[in-house]
Amino acid sequence: MKKTYKIEVDCANCANKMEIAAKKVDGVKDATVNFMTLKMKVEFEDGADTESVMDNVFKACRKIEPDCEIYYK
Amino acid sequence: MTKKQKNNLIRIIITSVFMILLLFIPAAGIVRFVLYLIPYIIIGYDILIKAVKGIINFQPFDECFLMSIATVGAITIAVITDGDYLEAVAVMLFYQIGEWFQSYAVGKSRKNISELMDIRPDYANIEENGELVRVDPDDIEVGSIITVLPGEKIPIDGIVVEGTSVLDTAALTGESIPRNVNKGDEIISGCINKSGMLKIETTKEFEDSTVSKILDLVENASSKKSRSENYISKFASVYTPIVVFSALALAVIPPLINIIILSEPASWFNWIYRALTFLVISCPCALVISIPLSFFAGIGGASHEGVLIKGSNYLERLSKAGVIVFDKTGTLTKGVFEITEIIPQNTSEYELIKYAAAAEQYSNHPIAQSIKKYVENTDLPIAENIQEVAGLGIMANISGRQVCVGNKKLMKNSGVEVQENETIGTIIHVSVDGKYYGKIIISDTIKEGTRIALNELKKMGIKQTVMLTGDNKKIADHVASEIGISSVYSELLPSDKVTKTEVLLQSKQKEETLVFVGDGVNDAPVLSIADIGISMGAMGSDAAIEASDIVLMDDDPGKIPKAIKISKKCMRIVNQNIWFSIGVKMVCLILGAVGLANMWIAVFADVGVMVIAVLNAIRCLSLKKI
Repeated sequence: MKKTYKIEVDCANCANKMEIAAKKVDGVKDATVNFMTLKMKVEFEDGADTESVMDNVFKACRKIEPDCEIYYK
Repeated sequence: MTKKQKNNLIRIIITSVFMILLLFIPAAGIVRFVLYLIPYIIIGYDILIKAVKGIINFQPFDECFLMSIATVGAITIAVITDGDYLEAVAVMLFYQIGEWFQSYAVGKSRKNISELMDIRPDYANIEENGELVRVDPDDIEVGSIITVLPGEKIPIDGIVVEGTSVLDTAALTGESIPRNVNKGDEIISGCINKSGMLKIETTKEFEDSTVSKILDLVENASSKKSRSENYISKFASVYTPIVVFSALALAVIPPLINIIILSEPASWFNWIYRALTFLVISCPCALVISIPLSFFAGIGGASHEGVLIKGSNYLERLSKAGVIVFDKTGTLTKGVFEITEIIPQNTSEYELIKYAAAAEQYSNHPIAQSIKKYVENTDLPIAENIQEVAGLGIMANISGRQVCVGNKKLMKNSGVEVQENETIGTIIHVSVDGKYYGKIIISDTIKEGTRIALNELKKMGIKQTVMLTGDNKKIADHVASEIGISSVYSELLPSDKVTKTEVLLQSKQKEETLVFVGDGVNDAPVLSIADIGISMGAMGSDAAIEASDIVLMDDDPGKIPKAIKISKKCMRIVNQNIWFSIGVKMVCLILGAVGLANMWIAVFADVGVMVIAVLNAIRCLSLKKI
C-alpha cells in the first residue's frame, strides 16, 4: 500500500536524510521524500499497521531533523 | 513570506546593524567578548539548540552541529589569542542569510510552479431548487449535471447537455486555440469556459478526471529521480563525512608532525583554524537544493507548455535523444481523411463537389464524411432515390439528374470510361447523366507542424529520424519524401513495429537514447520498450497518459523539438550547478588547507555558491524563448 503525506522541512539535505531514515523503519518497503512539493510517499509492507509505522517514521525523522513535521494523523 | 522567514529576516537585520555599530565601539577584553556574544546569540541560538539536539541524537554530521563547532571554535581561538570575534559572528550571519534566501527562493518557485499549473478547479456548480450552489468537485457523482458559467474552469470531464460555448484549452495545451463546443460534445476538465453557460453531465469522478490526472502526474514526477539526482544524494552522503574527517586530520596531524618530526612549534591554533574553515564548507547544500529544484522547475515549465514529463529521469534521458522513431498515422499525419485535390472535368470545381456532397449527404462512410466536411455550411440540393452500391459507391437522383459517385468500376457501370494514373490516396469519380464530371482525391493529410518539427530536429543535431507504418509502401514513401524523414519502414504489423524498434535500439550509439512518438492508441508495446515513449494528443485519452513517459497534451509534432530543447536547457543548468558547486568547494577546501582561505571565503563557498546555484536553477522555469 502506498500513502502520501504532507511534510514540513527547511532544507533539501534534511529532506534527503529523512528519506534515508524513513526507508530504514520496519514496515516501510520504500519511501521517497520530495522536497519541492513537500510530500513524503511511503510504500508499506503488506499487512503493516500504517499508523504505528508512521509513528516510527516520524520518530526516526525527528531524530535526524528535530524541526521536521509529518502530517499523518 | 512565512512567519518563520519574517522572524529570521528581522534577526538578520538586527544582527547586521549590531555588527556595524560594534565596528565603531572601542572595547577590549571581556567587554568586547560580551558585546560580540550578543549578536552571535541572536543570530545563532536556534542553530546552537539544534546542534545540542544533534549531539543527543548522535548525528555528528548534522550541519547545525558543524556550524556550531566551527563558530564556537573560532570564538574560543579568538578568546585565547585575543583575536577577532567578528569572523565567527559573520560566518553565522552569512549562514543564516543563505538559509533564509534558500527558503525564500524555494518557496517562491514552489508558488510559481503551482501557479503555472493553476488548473485545479476549486468548486463545481450544482443546481438546487433553481439556484446554483457551489460544491466541492470531489463530492460530485458520475452522471450529475453541473453548470459552468462563462469564465469558470470545467471541473470534471463530461458531456455537454445544454448550451454552446467556446473553450480555452491553453492551460492544458500551452496553445490558446479556442475550441467550439455544442450539445453532445465531450469536454475535459481544466479548460476554461469562455462565452456561454454550459450544462454538463459528468462522466467521471473528479479524481479520475483529466485535470486531476495531470496534476497528479506532475506532482509525482520528481519522485522518479534522475541519475544526476541520485548521484548528488550519494555524493552528499559521503561528502560531509569526508570533509569532517579531513578537518579532524588537518587539526591534529600537521601539528604533530611539527612537534615530532620537524621539532618546530606545533602552531595548534593555526591548524585548528584551518580545520574549522573546512567545517564551514562541509555542507553540500548548494547541490542538494539546486539539482532537484532545476528538475522541478523544468518539469513545471514544460507542463505549462503542454508537455507533461512523468519523471526527472525521463527529462534527463530526453536530453540525450539521438534516434527518434515516429508512428505515421495520427502522429505525423492527421489520421483523418481529407480532400487533398479536386480535378473537375467538363464542369466547375464547385459543381463537382456540390453533386458529390449531395449524393453522399446521408452516408456515414468515412469518405462521405470527408466530402461533407469540405462543404460544411453550404446548402445542398436534395437527393432522391439514393442507392449505396457496396464496394463501388453511391447513386442518387439530384434535381432530376442521375448522379454517380464512386470508383472506376461504378463509372464503367454507368457508361463512363476513366483512366487512373498513379496517385496517392483514394480517388472518387463523379458522373452526372452519364457524363464524366471529374474526380476528387481523398487522403490522409500531413499535420501542419510535421515538416517544421523534422526540420528543427535536424537542426538540433538529431541524426536519425525513422517512420514506422502499417500503410503500404507507396503511401509511406510519399509521406516520407514530403516531410523529409531519414528512413521509412512500411507495411508493418504491430508486432513488426516492436521488432524494428528493438533492432534500432541495438544499432544506436550507447550514450544516445531512442525516442518513440506515437498516438498511444495501439502502440503501447513500442512506447514501453523505447528509452522514452512520447504519446501525443492526450487530451482525454487515459491510455496514452498511462503508456508513455512523456505526454504531449495536443497533437502538434512541433512540441517534440520543444520538449527536447527544454530537457537540454534543464540538463545544461543541472550540469553547470554540479560542476560549479563542486568546483568552488574543492578550490576552497584546498585553499583552506594551505591557509590561503579564511572563514570568510569558506562561508562564501557555502552560501554564495548556493545562492548562485539556486538562481541558476530557477532559470529552468523560463521557457519563453525556447
